[in-house]
Amino acid sequence: MFGLFRKTPAQQAEDEARIQASLSKTRQGFFGRIGSLFQANEVTDDTWDELEELLIQSDLGINAATALVERLRSRVRKENIKRAEDVRAALRDELLKLLAHPPLTNIDEPRMLTVVLIVGVNGSGKTTSIAKLARYYRARGKRVVLAAADTFRAAAIDQLKIWGERTGVDVIAQAPGADPGAVVYDAIRASQESRKADLLIIDTAGRLHTKYNLMKELEKVHAVCARQVHAAPHETLLVLDATTGQNAISQARHFKEAVQITGIILTKLDSTAKGGIVFAIEEELGVPVRFVGTGEKAEDFAEFDPRAFVDAILAA
Amino acid sequence: MFESLQTKLNAVFDKLAARGRLTEQDVDVALREVRLALLEADVNFRVVKQLVARVRERAIGAEVMQSLTPAQQVVKIVHSELLQTLGEPARLDLSGPSPHVVMLVGLQGSGKTTTAAKLALSLRKNQNKRALLVAADTYRPAAVTQLEVLGKQIDTPVHSEGTKVPPPEIVRHALQRGREGAFDVIILDTAGRLQISEEMMRELEQIKALAKPQEILLVADAMTGQEAVNVAKGFHERVNVTGLILTKVDGDARGGAAISMREVTGVPIKYLATGEKLDGLEPFHPDRLATRILGMGDMLTLIERAGETVDKADAERMSRKLVKGEFNLEDFLGQLQQIKKMGPLTQLLDMIPGMGRMAQDLAPDVTDKQFRQIEAIINSMTPQERRDPKLLNGSRKRRVAKGSGSSVMEVNDLLNQFRQMQRMMKQMSSGGRGMRGILDMFR
Repeated sequence: MFGLFRKTPAQQAEDEARIQASLSKTRQGFFGRIGSLFQANEVTDDTWDELEELLIQSDLGINAATALVERLRSRVRKENIKRAEDVRAALRDELLKLLAHPPLTNIDEPRMLTVVLIVGVNGSGKTTSIAKLARYYRARGKRVVLAAADTFRAAAIDQLKIWGERTGVDVIAQAPGADPGAVVYDAIRASQESRKADLLIIDTAGRLHTKYNLMKELEKVHAVCARQVHAAPHETLLVLDATTGQNAISQARHFKEAVQITGIILTKLDSTAKGGIVFAIEEELGVPVRFVGTGEKAEDFAEFDPRAFVDAILAA
Repeated sequence: MFESLQTKLNAVFDKLAARGRLTEQDVDVALREVRLALLEADVNFRVVKQLVARVRERAIGAEVMQSLTPAQQVVKIVHSELLQTLGEPARLDLSGPSPHVVMLVGLQGSGKTTTAAKLALSLRKNQNKRALLVAADTYRPAAVTQLEVLGKQIDTPVHSEGTKVPPPEIVRHALQRGREGAFDVIILDTAGRLQISEEMMRELEQIKALAKPQEILLVADAMTGQEAVNVAKGFHERVNVTGLILTKVDGDARGGAAISMREVTGVPIKYLATGEKLDGLEPFHPDRLATRILGMGDMLTLIERAGETVDKADAERMSRKLVKGEFNLEDFLGQLQQIKKMGPLTQLLDMIPGMGRMAQDLAPDVTDKQFRQIEAIINSMTPQERRDPKLLNGSRKRRVAKGSGSSVMEVNDLLNQFRQMQRMMKQMSSGGRGMRGILDMFR
């Protein structure tokens, strides 16, 4: 709630428009049909079955979908809701409740140097998201530096450097194969001293959450941040592809255990995917979505706005 | 994280069995579990419906209802239906005159570039074919560089023209070079794109018309959810894909998306891609994937991995020693090190049916620490002591304990365990079966 008030109305409208636009395909998809489901007048047993199916179709996950339908059913019974329209309002309410979380304040809080660690599986869109995040905060007056700690994947450093040039932010990098911990150490020192940065965003190599050694390496990077800067990393964001299915829960769980992720960047929302899995992640792990990626350009990016997200999902 | 379908069904039927004969309704209760298991594995909803209907038809028959082990019967039917849907494994079609053009397509981040390099390497290693990699992704920053770097790693030429030339042009030139250079296969790495992006899909059609690829492979992430259906359908409608490659299979995703994509396209799954090392491309085994989708562990992969890491000659020498009862602490140490090479213990446990849960509860740190301690103790012994542990008297034990940073009690524990193991092995080998059979697995 407060997150909404902190933004200027113009910013908020802009964010909302982006989410709406990116979800327009979704709206015509299955989630869109949830809206139309309730435009028929009678609420019957079939309505509930169909609703559960539709929620599952949007990758909400079986547990979250079943729980949601149960809650909605008992609420409709208790409050004696008859009109389909009111059922829909109740659904909106329940979906919003799942996404209710404290606002994003951590990056914006004033401090000498804010450190943001970006993690995720291979191909989720980390590097692109970092470029977008850098542009986003640069436009809001922060002095941003990027750390190229993905020293493993071929050309990952080049990719980040190209983005750095495009968005006009400095990139601290070492040679491919360098120790990520050392890159981060250097980047922090440089941010504090020569670059006078106030926001450092760290790109890490994509890793499957089941790879024990790679997760250990990530823990080390996390520890380097914590040692160098008080309370760092101030945000650790998991980059999650919206087309991911049930495995997203496992991803979030493992990354949470290893590096205490504080939020999610949901990418590729411009696809036909619904990203419904974030409801399940909120419910099971309490990790909120912070930002959404809505396209390939650096400006296709917005702070996550639960109301806009849910409304876009339900608008038929 | 997932309980296997078998366990769940056992629970269902145990409850039902108390009442005696199974009815059609009972089977439906079990089918609910089947439906949930498939949905949990990310099989598309509609596909699940069709599958469950087929399973029901077969399950209602006497097979299940009169069986003493109805849970097993249901699992068997589901497994065989999955197998049928997954279809036979198919090889890359490289018939006719070369060069053969293979085009890789897919969403952003599905793993096309890495897969292109893996494919080139696999073609050379297994089929002795020379491949030319073509960097036709001019959109993603540094995608061209990435392919160039990978090409260098596997010593395979890469055709690239930077990012200013339109991809169809690049492909045209690459075809020319492929013909002139007498390459066997030309692998096109195209940019990742959404199946709904009109402009990008038109470009793909253009490249297809130009290159007339013999194979168009849709590269898809094993972690894809319900959306897999739309993605596969979208690409298939525009360019008629000829096969699928499922990537990131080394994660813990169940890979139900493969079923969905098979069902909507009808084209075969050709490869599974695992890991970031460039030799991580495996032929597709329907049986293993079906087992995995059902959450039944992956024994076959485990055995295969053992086969990869364990040296054959070593294993044979070891089995001879075992039979003669000559197995000593030095051999024991060697065995431990081989197991360690196969990966963290918890990951190995995860592949054994029913052990997945246990792997979750076990902290990898603990088991690996125990491993290290055993190693340290054995390493602190002299070669003579390792070959003949009976030499270890009180004073020697104290020395070993000191050297390995453990206590005499821990040294004794290890020695006791080792003696027990030796005894067990002698019994087994005198029985003629057992350990020898187990070791045969590693050959």
